[in-house]
Amino acid sequence: MAESAASEVALVVERVYREESRHVLATLIRLLGDFDRAEEALQMAFAAALDQWPREGVPANPRSWLISAGRFKTIDALRRRARFDASIARMADEMARAVEHPSAAESPAAIEDDRLRLVFTCCHPALAPDVQVALTLRTVCGLTTEEIAHAFLTKPATLAQRIVRAKGKIRDAGIPYEVPGPGDLKDRLDAVLHVVYLVYNEGYSASSGDVVTRHDLSGEAIRLGRLLVELLPEPEAVGLLALMLLHESRRVARTSADGEIVLLDEQDRSLWNRQLIAEGCQLVERALSSRRFGTYSLQAAISAVHAEADSAASTDWAQITGLYDALLRVHPSPVVALNRAAAVGMRDGPAAGLALVDAIIEQGELAEYRLAHACRADFLRRLGQPAEAVAAYRHALSLSRQEPERRFFERRLRELSG
Amino acid sequence: MKYLCMVFTEERLLETMPRDQFDGFVREHSALDDELKSTGQFVNANALQPAHTATTVRVRQGKISVTDGPFAETKEQLTGFYLVEARDLNEAIQIAARVPSARVGCVEVRPVWELTEPRQFRDDG
Repeated sequence: MAESAASEVALVVERVYREESRHVLATLIRLLGDFDRAEEALQMAFAAALDQWPREGVPANPRSWLISAGRFKTIDALRRRARFDASIARMADEMARAVEHPSAAESPAAIEDDRLRLVFTCCHPALAPDVQVALTLRTVCGLTTEEIAHAFLTKPATLAQRIVRAKGKIRDAGIPYEVPGPGDLKDRLDAVLHVVYLVYNEGYSASSGDVVTRHDLSGEAIRLGRLLVELLPEPEAVGLLALMLLHESRRVARTSADGEIVLLDEQDRSLWNRQLIAEGCQLVERALSSRRFGTYSLQAAISAVHAEADSAASTDWAQITGLYDALLRVHPSPVVALNRAAAVGMRDGPAAGLALVDAIIEQGELAEYRLAHACRADFLRRLGQPAEAVAAYRHALSLSRQEPERRFFERRLRELSG
Repeated sequence: MKYLCMVFTEERLLETMPRDQFDGFVREHSALDDELKSTGQFVNANALQPAHTATTVRVRQGKISVTDGPFAETKEQLTGFYLVEARDLNEAIQIAARVPSARVGCVEVRPVWELTEPRQFRDDG
């Protein structure tokens, strides 16, 4: 009887861990002032829950119970060590005083903000970009070091060491645990969104290897995106979430049953996830209506125009070209120009598109960019110039490192020679 | 916390700077000194003589070895420093960004390791 109650409670604790551990950790980092100490406290708090909840019942507010248990266990642990070190005793006393005299730091609003503080700290520009990604996945999303290492094709030991160093830098260099003030918010939010987008892209199209998609990372990125929109509904955060949802809506359609890439114009649009599209389009409107939108919102808007069309032919290419024009103004880059050229090719025909792509390749920066040559090849194919198209696909193939993409180019080459 | 903001610049850039521009540059730096003093963030700051005046000293097995030149021969050399008092890294970065030399060179921001304060060593990996 008691045993079955205990195993039931164990299930509750497991659920609470999934739902609350990131909240609890974020607050413990602030209250205890240190990532490692907070992680230890989190483990001690859940161990206490497993021990006490079967006897005393599950508390009405597990989150605050766990935060407080984590704090008291840390104070106890420090006091035990304090016998050998006066500075640790001082630290324990300070913590105990803070518990006795709760301040604004204990308010529900402050605790709700802790997850945002955690995100901004993990994505601080003083940390290297790959470390920002790893630390965010580890602490904000709760992925294990092994899971992150696997996703980014690194050794767990290497990744673990990078995370340890990052936490050391946060502590020793005095990276503050706070949401940036209005003056810095835009730049700092951009850095956070960049991390989220990197995680999403890594999950959506792996940069190397033989898998096209890594669902888990995309799922984590979308969860992060939702968290940001919930905590800090800035237009670009909304735009990024929309962009991810709209990309996600095509996941099933963008690979064939045997794992080959299916381009947008050849996708079976009945496979697109309408629910994600509806949510994405709604978010796009919300972002654009703010009039403070940027690159993510514009990319999402382009994706939304595609999502609303029944076929590639009936797509509103004029609107897409216009959105690329806007995107080029906000973010002038040859890759954006290339995408615009592809849209112009659909609006005005392949000859117009080819002229633009040739001019872009001529400028040099994209001279060795595989997708520039693939785009060129496609226009030549549609113009009925198979020999030139073959040469361009061969060039693209020689620059591609991703297996499914290579197979796609090879398939095109077979079609052209067959 | 104390942070050392180390200013690195291409010395050639300073050498070839027209006189009036150089004087303006110096005035800007001392203006920053005054601002930092007024906010209590100033600990110390100085420009350094060019790297060719540097001497590098090592002691090995009790023997002093002296060599001409800076520790590392690089294009950008240490040309000055600000030792500042800041609440956290963000505040130190704000100060570093106000150093006029940051516009032509770069500023490395390092927290000072207060060896008098017991620092907690951890098993870092």
